[in-house]
Amino acid sequence: MKGERHITGWVIRFMRKSPIHLVLLTICVIWLVPTLGLFVSSLRPRALILNTGWWKAFNAPLLFTIQNYLHVIQRANMGRSFFNSLMIAIPATVMPILVAAFAAYAFSWMRFPGRDVLFLMIIGLLVVPLQMTLIPILRLFNSLHLTGTFVGIWVAHTAYGLPFAIYLLRNFIGGIPEDLFESAFLDGANHVQIFYRLVLPIAVPAIASLSIFQFMWVWNDLLVALIYLGGTPEVAPMTVTISNLVNSYGGGWEFLTSAAFISMLLPLLVFFSLQRYFIRGILAGSIKG
Amino acid sequence: MVLRSTILAVVAVFGVPAGLTLYIFMVEKGVTRLRFTLQKRIRPWLWLTPCLAILSVFLLYPVLNTLVLSFLNNDSTRFIGLQNYVRIFTDREMLIVLRNNAMWLVFFTLVTVTVGLLIAVLTDRVKYEQAAKALIFLPMAISFVAAGVIWKFMYEFRPKGTPQIGTVNAVLTTLSPSFEPQAWLFNPSINNWALIVVGIWIWTGFAMVILSASIKGVPKEIMEAARIDGAGEFQVFFRVTLPIIKPTIVVVTTTLIINVLKIFDIVYVMTNGILRTEVIANRMYKEMFNFMNFGMASTLAVLLLVAIIPVMLLNIKRFGQRGEVQ
Repeated sequence: MKGERHITGWVIRFMRKSPIHLVLLTICVIWLVPTLGLFVSSLRPRALILNTGWWKAFNAPLLFTIQNYLHVIQRANMGRSFFNSLMIAIPATVMPILVAAFAAYAFSWMRFPGRDVLFLMIIGLLVVPLQMTLIPILRLFNSLHLTGTFVGIWVAHTAYGLPFAIYLLRNFIGGIPEDLFESAFLDGANHVQIFYRLVLPIAVPAIASLSIFQFMWVWNDLLVALIYLGGTPEVAPMTVTISNLVNSYGGGWEFLTSAAFISMLLPLLVFFSLQRYFIRGILAGSIKG
Repeated sequence: MVLRSTILAVVAVFGVPAGLTLYIFMVEKGVTRLRFTLQKRIRPWLWLTPCLAILSVFLLYPVLNTLVLSFLNNDSTRFIGLQNYVRIFTDREMLIVLRNNAMWLVFFTLVTVTVGLLIAVLTDRVKYEQAAKALIFLPMAISFVAAGVIWKFMYEFRPKGTPQIGTVNAVLTTLSPSFEPQAWLFNPSINNWALIVVGIWIWTGFAMVILSASIKGVPKEIMEAARIDGAGEFQVFFRVTLPIIKPTIVVVTTTLIINVLKIFDIVYVMTNGILRTEVIANRMYKEMFNFMNFGMASTLAVLLLVAIIPVMLLNIKRFGQRGEVQ
């Protein structure tokens, strides 16, 4: 009896909320279908992708293949591009962290004239469109022979990531209780010791959010790579390779679907395993130039 | 080549932090030899040196340089005053670019905020809240390039009578048999809207997450009190919830504006700006690499900056206020 009443109550509540469920579930389906369609298609043979809708894939006979993946990895330079994306994103994530942490520490725990004005200027730089920097930096890189090299794009991404990194770390490091610093100073620690033994360990969660955000930003970037790497296959990351595929193959959906999905693998993995850090980072960093 | 770049990357990953650590050790060693008052004055600047050096070379100097370039001709050899600016606001093609950016600005922002808010309100009332939110936030994790491919496939067009393989045309022809399948990306009267939909699909999750957090912060007692006074759910939302979360809506809106003004990847991948879909950032890219017109490209960048300045000032004001509290 009790269980029955429980179920009836649940049904009544569900019915009363049915418009909410209807709207919400519709929205969820609309949001899911595009990605799902791409994924299903990437596993279908070429002839089927081009002639029937992806939703027909579940009708008998079931014909799935990983041929498309093998093809783009071997022939369409996606294997190399995956490697390049890693080569670009990992150093570009590591390089700005300490630079920003030094600055954040100075902004939070040292007094000097012009401190607040300088910090506000960096906040201002946060939203400067990076388009404003493309031409002068490209010319600079050209004269230094850094165009088309990983070193050039690492430095560029480091610079573009800095204002946000300083802002995020300064908020965190500035929030560390003052007592901790006072007792450390009384014990005779200097700034460097305090920074490495006290501040950095405490700031690990903020550094984690920052790293994930910067990594995803660089991984997903197209514009910066297009400009400074110039599309040579030896250095092109996946975003550049895929956009080249779009232009050259046009309707070659068997390549595009699998290539796009390969490029999504790592972001999806990061998203599902580190969702909390990722969302925190992306919310704080959404205003980055 | 692979081996060389791997070694280089390993050197960068370990060498840069090691070098910076060495630098700061030397700084501290050197500084402690000075008089105490001098120490206090010099030390902050030495800690800031790496950051200020990078920011000046790669952000500050380029911004100023681009400003200057915008007053010069194609190959930056001659001063031409405001000619580039005049061209942006008179040239027919450029006016289409501006119109497109305005369309993106208004409709993308409006719809993204509204739908994000709607989803935030609805998910607050169901048990599968976390799953629904994760699903809608997901497009934020993938690249705009991948999103562009996903939606190019959604919009795929086949002539009437043949089986549609693009989801959008298939759904519409199934719902209404008289519907003419559309080439969504090639028909100039709808292609901009088709692109804006992609932007909305990507960014709604972002608006939703922030607004949802803000809605959860609205005190339950106030809402209960309104309900006891006989307010319906809609009234509670418009009279109680909405005014309380208004500051958050402003933050979300400005953030979306900053990002939509610079939109590039979606257009680059899906149409490459043909058939009247070009936006400022794409036009700038073309002026740079196809036309080698660096004056015009710089002017377009400046235009983006000018459009963003009000938002920048708002940001500085907001952070400035919060910065004082610390």
